Amino acid sequence: MTFADLLAQLVNGLANASTLFLLASGLSLIFGVTRVVNFAHGSLYMIGTYGAIWLAEHLGGSGLGFWSAVLMAACGVALLGALMELAVLKRIYGAPELFQLLATFAVVLVVKDVALMVWGPEDILGPRAPGLTGAVELAGQSIPEYDVLLIALGPLVLLALKLLLERTRWGVLIRAATEDREMVGALGVNQVWLFTSVFALGSGLAGLAGALQMPREPASLGLDLIAITDAFVVVVVGGLGSLGGAFLAALLIGIVKALCFALGTVELFGFTLNFSKLTLVVEFVLMALTLALRPWGFAGRPLRGLREAPGAIEHVRTPARRFWVIATAIAALLALLPAVADDYALVLATDCAIFALFAASLHFLMGPGGLTSFGHAAYFGVGAYAAGLLAKQAGASMLLALVAAPFAAAAFALVFGWFCVRLTGVYLAMLTLAFAQIVWSVAWQWDDVTGGSNGLVGVWPAPWAADKTHFYWLTIALCAGAIALLWRVMHAPFGYSLRAGRDANLRADAIGIDVKRVQWIAFPAAGAAAGLAGALYVYSKGSLAPDVMAISRSVDGLVMVLLGGVQTLTGPIVGAVLFTWLQDEILRRTEYWRLILGLAILGLVLLFPRGVVGSLRRVLRGGEA
Amino acid sequence: MTLLTIDHLEKHYGGVHAVAGVSFSVASGERVALIGPNGAGKTTCFNMIGGQIRPDAGRVLLGGEDITGAPPRALFRKGVGRTFQIATTFGSMTVRENVQLALLSHARRALRFLGEATDAAAEEARALLAAVGLETQATRPCDQLAYGDVKRLELAMALANAPRLLLMDEPTAGMAPRERHELMALVSDISAQRDLSVLFTEHDMDVVFGHADRIVVLDRGRLVAQGSQEEVRVDPEVKRIYLGESA
Repeated sequence: MTFADLLAQLVNGLANASTLFLLASGLSLIFGVTRVVNFAHGSLYMIGTYGAIWLAEHLGGSGLGFWSAVLMAACGVALLGALMELAVLKRIYGAPELFQLLATFAVVLVVKDVALMVWGPEDILGPRAPGLTGAVELAGQSIPEYDVLLIALGPLVLLALKLLLERTRWGVLIRAATEDREMVGALGVNQVWLFTSVFALGSGLAGLAGALQMPREPASLGLDLIAITDAFVVVVVGGLGSLGGAFLAALLIGIVKALCFALGTVELFGFTLNFSKLTLVVEFVLMALTLALRPWGFAGRPLRGLREAPGAIEHVRTPARRFWVIATAIAALLALLPAVADDYALVLATDCAIFALFAASLHFLMGPGGLTSFGHAAYFGVGAYAAGLLAKQAGASMLLALVAAPFAAAAFALVFGWFCVRLTGVYLAMLTLAFAQIVWSVAWQWDDVTGGSNGLVGVWPAPWAADKTHFYWLTIALCAGAIALLWRVMHAPFGYSLRAGRDANLRADAIGIDVKRVQWIAFPAAGAAAGLAGALYVYSKGSLAPDVMAISRSVDGLVMVLLGGVQTLTGPIVGAVLFTWLQDEILRRTEYWRLILGLAILGLVLLFPRGVVGSLRRVLRGGEA
Repeated sequence: MTLLTIDHLEKHYGGVHAVAGVSFSVASGERVALIGPNGAGKTTCFNMIGGQIRPDAGRVLLGGEDITGAPPRALFRKGVGRTFQIATTFGSMTVRENVQLALLSHARRALRFLGEATDAAAEEARALLAAVGLETQATRPCDQLAYGDVKRLELAMALANAPRLLLMDEPTAGMAPRERHELMALVSDISAQRDLSVLFTEHDMDVVFGHADRIVVLDRGRLVAQGSQEEVRVDPEVKRIYLGESA
């Protein structure tokens, strides 16, 4: 590595840091005021990039055209954000936080397919900025002029936002609402417009970030999730609600990534370390380290939780004996399915069973535990890779692989859980996401063992289970058994202790329950179940790739659980089956399955803000509170 | 016989001495009220005894054993029950399940993966609920209870470990006058029946003088008086604090 290399990478890293900061500051502002974790923030960024490129093409290649495109894209995205707030989120501010999250997932799905419709599946390269295509000489190195502009823009935007927040009445209201939203409401401030305007501002920043990236990065349909994870990392490392913290965090991440690129491959004590391969994982390692050492990020403070309205907690009721009889009867009926279904339906039913177990395991943490995991796919993936590797590398039998996979997933969950339970709420969710992304990038990068992005192929069931019907029976038996086990534990003393920690932490402590320990134990229990689902998944498909534990799988799991209803026992199962079946059903008719699914979820969220099962139960009981 | 000894407890926040060298003791079966005007250091003192705040100096002894800084869950194991100023119960469970969980925890069975929690310790749970007068409400979800009943439920849970000492932070806050006396009369009865010591903070002087055997008075982080009701009532320093300089 030469100094010139380092300098070049550093400039690139700092330029990235600027757009990262713009993106993250928008997310931070929105979260601070509305307490909505807006998963669609990355989608707004993506629209910013696509929109700017499209506008620039239509406005001509002049400097005026380029910069008008950037500004118009940012304003357009701001409008879009305001529209999303008005049409969707405003109606569900009273619903539990997780429902708002579900709604933003739905927006992610819708936006992705709309982008696919409008701009197609191919990556689109943006124009370069007229007048800024040259380079400046620095220490013998050419530095792109555009990068220099971006580097200057970051601090300028920070300054502008600071002035806005500190010198204007609107800014004072934003800061006050971030501090204590109920109090601001009690003082007679019109929160409706405050929320909408903050959404517009935050979205506009995301759009601006996306638009500014147009000469540096092609627009692609994967940008949304990449952007949202990057933004999460920056916001969490910097401290939720702190713009200065977000700026520092963006700089740090930009610089560390640049260092990894610049270092490249290094011989260290006889080992060859390829640092540039670490760029995928380094930001998540940084986030995990920050959260483990400073639980509220660089500049964050413990969040004041929203005061929960009385009766906001739905009850997981202890099922009557009848429940178990019905559940067993349904399982028995399912075993008869091969008599009437063709192979296609059997494969779909196998998928449904696997994802039902996956959703039930996530629900075990989220429902009784109140521990929202954004990275549950990690355990699914570890189980899948454990089974796949045992089969391919060690020649293990399917039975051994199916037994070992849950243990492997539980072992990872034990380690991750130990760190996670030290945090609460959004921070906990973000740390689970960080761990999942770390595991994912290891699987992606470690070609020699995991097969890298190609994954592993030819992981087939043992001969006795190779037949579709036999494999279906095996899956149903294992999944139903594991789900029943999870439900038993929920109603055993452990499950009650877990709920006690969620309902009233102090009270649980005062009756001798070590809440952190209980929550910690819940992680491997849920992890093992997810690991089993992952192992079954590998054998049902015959292959696996890193995307078994990509963030989109974690999101799928969350959608399944939330769609069904997080505080019901059977909700996640219904949600998983509905999700898997709908996805298949729609995919057979149109490639725009995300759009349909997203719209369906939005409709369901607005109609049934308590989840399908929860709302149905309410209706059946005749509107009982 | 002395059960609880508070030995020179201190807590500073920056330059403020929230609690500055407070010492007193509670005998077995005795009901002691910790009182003082706002900002006297009652809550800080109370939370240091209850394990929520770690003292800067001083010790807390329970039956001769040093329990300074022990977390609430450790105190529960040593026979200390605890209620909070804002009563908290497990809102997603029924009244009986709340008590059952406390009993399960006392029996060190709260982490078991098998067995129905709702079948556990049914008889003991019934007895505890009867003791606080909630037996008819056993199957109600506890977030549907009237606030007075939530206080009673909390008391039942605090009694699940057959405690030697009950710590009650503002036990009657937020209750109507009649409810206050009913609750405290219940506490007095239970205390007498079980030889249970009770240390409580309280704002309502009717409750204090109606139900405390002994009163400890704090002001600005210092102990200014302690003794029987009569002794405290005539203490000139206490009069000065509560009624102003001219009194």
